[in-house]
Amino acid sequence: MSYKSLLTVDARTKRRNAAETRFKAYGLAAIVMAMLALAVLLTSVIGTGASSFKQTYATITVPLPEDKLDKSGVRDPDVMKKVTTIGYSSLLKNGMVAALQTAGISTDLNAKDIGGMLSKEAAATVRGFVLANPDVIGGDATFELLMNGRIDGYFKGRVTMESAALDGNTSPEELALAQALADAGIVRTKFNWAFLTAPDASDQRPEAAGLGVAILGSLYMMIVVLVLALPIGVAASIYLEEFAPKNRWTDVIEVNISNLAAVPSIVYGILGLAIFINFMEFNQSSPLVGGLVLTLMTLPTIIISTRASLKSVPPSIRDAALGVGASKMQSVFHHVLPLAAPGILTGTILGLAQALGETAPLLLIGMVAFVREYPAAYTPEAGLFGEAATALPVQVFNWTQRADPGFVERASGAIITLLIFLLIMNAIAIFLRRKFERRW
Amino acid sequence: MKDLHMKNPKISAKGVQVHYGDTHAIKDVNVEIADKTVTAFIGPSGCGKSTFLRCLNRMNDTIDICRVTGDILIDNEDIYDPKVDPVQLRAKVGMVFQKPNPFPKSIYDNVAYGPKIHGLARNKAELDEIVEKSLRKAALWTEAKDRLDQPGTGLSGGQQQRLCIARAIATAPEILLMDEPCSALDPIATAQVEELIDELRQSYSVVIVTHSMQQAARVSQKTAFFHLGNLVEYDDTDKIFTNPEDPRTESYISGRIG
Repeated sequence: MSYKSLLTVDARTKRRNAAETRFKAYGLAAIVMAMLALAVLLTSVIGTGASSFKQTYATITVPLPEDKLDKSGVRDPDVMKKVTTIGYSSLLKNGMVAALQTAGISTDLNAKDIGGMLSKEAAATVRGFVLANPDVIGGDATFELLMNGRIDGYFKGRVTMESAALDGNTSPEELALAQALADAGIVRTKFNWAFLTAPDASDQRPEAAGLGVAILGSLYMMIVVLVLALPIGVAASIYLEEFAPKNRWTDVIEVNISNLAAVPSIVYGILGLAIFINFMEFNQSSPLVGGLVLTLMTLPTIIISTRASLKSVPPSIRDAALGVGASKMQSVFHHVLPLAAPGILTGTILGLAQALGETAPLLLIGMVAFVREYPAAYTPEAGLFGEAATALPVQVFNWTQRADPGFVERASGAIITLLIFLLIMNAIAIFLRRKFERRW
Repeated sequence: MKDLHMKNPKISAKGVQVHYGDTHAIKDVNVEIADKTVTAFIGPSGCGKSTFLRCLNRMNDTIDICRVTGDILIDNEDIYDPKVDPVQLRAKVGMVFQKPNPFPKSIYDNVAYGPKIHGLARNKAELDEIVEKSLRKAALWTEAKDRLDQPGTGLSGGQQQRLCIARAIATAPEILLMDEPCSALDPIATAQVEELIDELRQSYSVVIVTHSMQQAARVSQKTAFFHLGNLVEYDDTDKIFTNPEDPRTESYISGRIG
């Protein structure tokens, strides 16, 4: 028998090495594709959405004459409410014109167009302030007021002189005037806290639309999901994994739980509509119903991950506990559960994150409604989490359907907000896992 | 097979049969185990010696498909009587497992866990005393007394196994079951544990399952040889290793089967 040299590679080894190299290349290509897709997504979302965190405001002094706002002179808010925002709009128009004169800016535009450069929301802002503080009537007051969406878009680069020339809602003259106002320091662009705190606004006022109600609604729903899904899911998993007899029934239950995890989320929406709203008559659009539907949807995820982490606890720990005379329940609660806790927490938080981003079932239970009022956590009439609200992903869906281009920016901004919340939740999951992870 | 009838056996098994589903794992085993004695169970892998050991503290209850019939009496009480709570039984019959399995808690908590759940200590001082006594008995006190608050899993393999022995004796059992306690240990740790087993004989009835015939010869006074689910021979250890009656026992100890 002849000896082969180790210095020459035989054909078989060459083929094996080539196969390995190809496999690595496929893997690398897949990762590069995924990273590219992520990069494109983030660039597009941040590119269009980042500007929603900035907003253009005009700081003007508005005269508040008594004869226009409170003819009776008794400062009774119920009487003063008779003056609508139309009445206030003319005052704002006067304020704008006065501001132009003070700054020494001349323009060919008429007073109506100058007043129209402010957001329609501005009149409501001033009216709300006056109704809350009737003492200011008769004097002047300085306000920081929203500019309309087109002017705002001009300062963010979305609206140009060319597009304005074709646009019925604005004109190049208005943009030029806005630029002059900005140069004079009257109009400024600053960080837009209102985007995170204000409620939604109507179709004509993208500049005023915020995520306040949606964030609150999502928060309430997450509380409902956490409070219900975590204890129920963990208890069910412990029972199935540690106590239930292994027979055909538990097999059926196990298969069904896996199936439920794969059920399209909109089916849970139909279920929620039928059971929670039509049968149990909970309030439509309420975070309570949304939370219950998301709980149903999240439960299989939590049960599956909890069972996996219970399974991963070595049986020797159970033996040890039983061996010193612990009861089954003591062995589970004193030894198995603490060891499984990091996995359970991670699974729960990932389940919550999934629920936070869920849209479809919420559409069916009416959380897509236009809601301006901040929902209270509890009211005697509506009960706990019973007041109408929307949710972050539904708000994105809602805004993408609106006509005004200002809402494209808002929708992307809402996606960024949603992504930040998801990132925070995943970071918490990783942190908890690292902190509680134990070796044995 | 010669019937060894004792005057006051600690454990007395009569006609014990164990089935795992369709497998007949233990076939009609009759054995009497004396108090203050080390009894070794030897035999080839899969012969049922561990299964039988686990019957003695009803650890087999945790396996759904396992069925035990026949009578096992400890101090003349049937431990498979429906009135018997396995939790109380396991406090009386401690167990040490093949692989050291300390809880991922401090050394102190490992030993204190049993007394705590059984309410053996009225206060912290009493608990401290039980922990110290158990660790001393398990020959771990000198090594562990300065690091009681450190995790039990940080000890070496031999120390971990002695910690498990300390944990088992902390509940003041009368019988100690050991399921191949040295199979995961190196020779030095094995020697320490064997020495310890010999000392434990003063206070407990010790039943040890082992693969090593030398170990059985070194530590036990009585030896039972299991083969294919049958108890083939049970006698004084000296007798089994020098003059076995059954040809199968002879073949096993001389290395021809196993």
